[in-house]
Amino acid sequence: MSHLQPVVKAASAILIHSPGLVRYGSKPSREIAARPSRLKELLGRLRSFAQAENYLPNDVFLGKQSPQRLFEIDRPWFNRPPLRANESLPFGELVEEERFLGLLAVADVFKHVHLLDRFWEDVKPRLDQSRLCKPLVRVVPALLTREQLRCEIDRGGGLPLFVGADAEPVGWVRHGNAEDGSLTAPILLENLCCKVSAALAVREISHQDSKLRVEDAHFVLSCSEEAVGDRYQRGGGNLAKAIAEFAGCGLASGVDIKDFCAAPIPAMVIGAAMVQSGVVENVIVVGGSSLPKLGMKFLYHLEKGIPVLEDVQAAIAAWIGRDDGKSPVLNLAGVGRHPVQSGAGMDQQLKAIVVEPLERLKLDVAGVDKFVSELHNPEVTIPANGGDVPERNYRMLAAVLAACGKIGRGEIAEFMSKKGVPGYVPTQGHIASAFAYLPHALRGLTQGELRRCFLFARASLFLGQMTQLGDGMSLLLERHPQAISTGGVH
Amino acid sequence: MDLEVQGRVKELAEQYGKNDLVVILGAPNVDSCVVQFETVTRGDPTYAGPLAGIGLGLKAFHVFEPEVKTIIDPARYAALIETLELGLEAEAIVKALQKARSAVN
Repeated sequence: MSHLQPVVKAASAILIHSPGLVRYGSKPSREIAARPSRLKELLGRLRSFAQAENYLPNDVFLGKQSPQRLFEIDRPWFNRPPLRANESLPFGELVEEERFLGLLAVADVFKHVHLLDRFWEDVKPRLDQSRLCKPLVRVVPALLTREQLRCEIDRGGGLPLFVGADAEPVGWVRHGNAEDGSLTAPILLENLCCKVSAALAVREISHQDSKLRVEDAHFVLSCSEEAVGDRYQRGGGNLAKAIAEFAGCGLASGVDIKDFCAAPIPAMVIGAAMVQSGVVENVIVVGGSSLPKLGMKFLYHLEKGIPVLEDVQAAIAAWIGRDDGKSPVLNLAGVGRHPVQSGAGMDQQLKAIVVEPLERLKLDVAGVDKFVSELHNPEVTIPANGGDVPERNYRMLAAVLAACGKIGRGEIAEFMSKKGVPGYVPTQGHIASAFAYLPHALRGLTQGELRRCFLFARASLFLGQMTQLGDGMSLLLERHPQAISTGGVH
Repeated sequence: MDLEVQGRVKELAEQYGKNDLVVILGAPNVDSCVVQFETVTRGDPTYAGPLAGIGLGLKAFHVFEPEVKTIIDPARYAALIETLELGLEAEAIVKALQKARSAVN
């Protein structure tokens, strides 16, 4: 095997419990503007850090539990006593809101985010005690006294920051330029959340594998959902470079990859291609969090009397490097694309991105242990009449495979339990689209019994109203040939 | 059913008459199908669109229903729709619409 063969050496996962920011999610902010009493209802249903920490889907996301546990434990998963972790090293940590707000201010090099001085005094020691956060705290953020903060808020033109449902603000984000719609306080806050969460995921990679130092990273590809820019170029980018700078990747440059929710897969493919072609030695692919998606279904959760479950932001990062004789191989010969001529039909899309690559590789369904796509937590979507997204998609994939003669029609019903992964991921778009499973895939392909994982993601391009088409892409991760003998069929 | 489609259905019903119009539904789940069926029979249940309070009483079938399937070329049906029928809750959709139709009649 060529030493330029790309492998995935490590992957990390970060969750940020951010109940105080839920009000600034797209749906909550619109609903609260239309009916201010909604804010009180929302605040009354936010979860505590302990509740978010003991939530099974969050445990699975962070690798403290295997996805299989979701098949074994019936819903509801909220308000349950904590389970004992059944996995040794988690993929990352659940960061509480106070530390995150502190990092938002530190990450804001233009000093639009101001923190209450007393809040910073409380938070700074907590950041210093955290091996994950401490390296990010290289400057003192802009600080305000209580009176100054009150004056700023009274003057308006920005957003106050809160911890959870606390009434007392602990910070303030002012507009970058009040006349520039791309630099308003809500947009800056969204972009900063993405930057900070992504940097945390990048830093966490070194904790997953101490030989991987962020200082040695050559290139960062961000597949996040934000749009950084100004009024003359909305979405101009380049958040990847900003993430690299903040995370301490001094040797790295970077660029953003956009493809709605599917972006992580093309980012992985492009990153692997850069390694295989010798352009760079290694690439970090990172997806930062999506603030707008917090509380997206909160009205349904209020109506059903359950907690507001979309209270965490999520980020994932992966290190793609050259063959090391052990890490899972990213097989570029098996990449699936969704050509324009395939049209917009879901069945045609799945044929293009799943069936066609399998046929190209002469691989049958039995040769793949896991097919992984959208993994949205059903406990979030079912109360909102959105159904169980993974279950519905696995059924459709099974139907397509059956129609193509790859499995029998009688195998459709059991396809998900045999070849799929149950949903557990926060509804953070690109993170939920197969990317979140990457750390589990690496664990299974190195320490477990997985041989091949087929990851695919789809993008609703039509939401941007430039085309009626969607998009999709897939890739195959394989156990390293030199590690084959240690595993078996899962 | 989005407002634009409601407006189009209303226009067509006015242009061709309710008796000469059949609505073919293609929604992927039971809930959406039932809402769409109700919209073109008894009016928009959300009272937000052009069919709010207007019960057109149109005939409506899902593309998975036998009444529609029998008039489609089987080869075309197999190529374009059969996989979706396999992958979606087709049986439940057909039953829900039969039930909704019997409630109207």
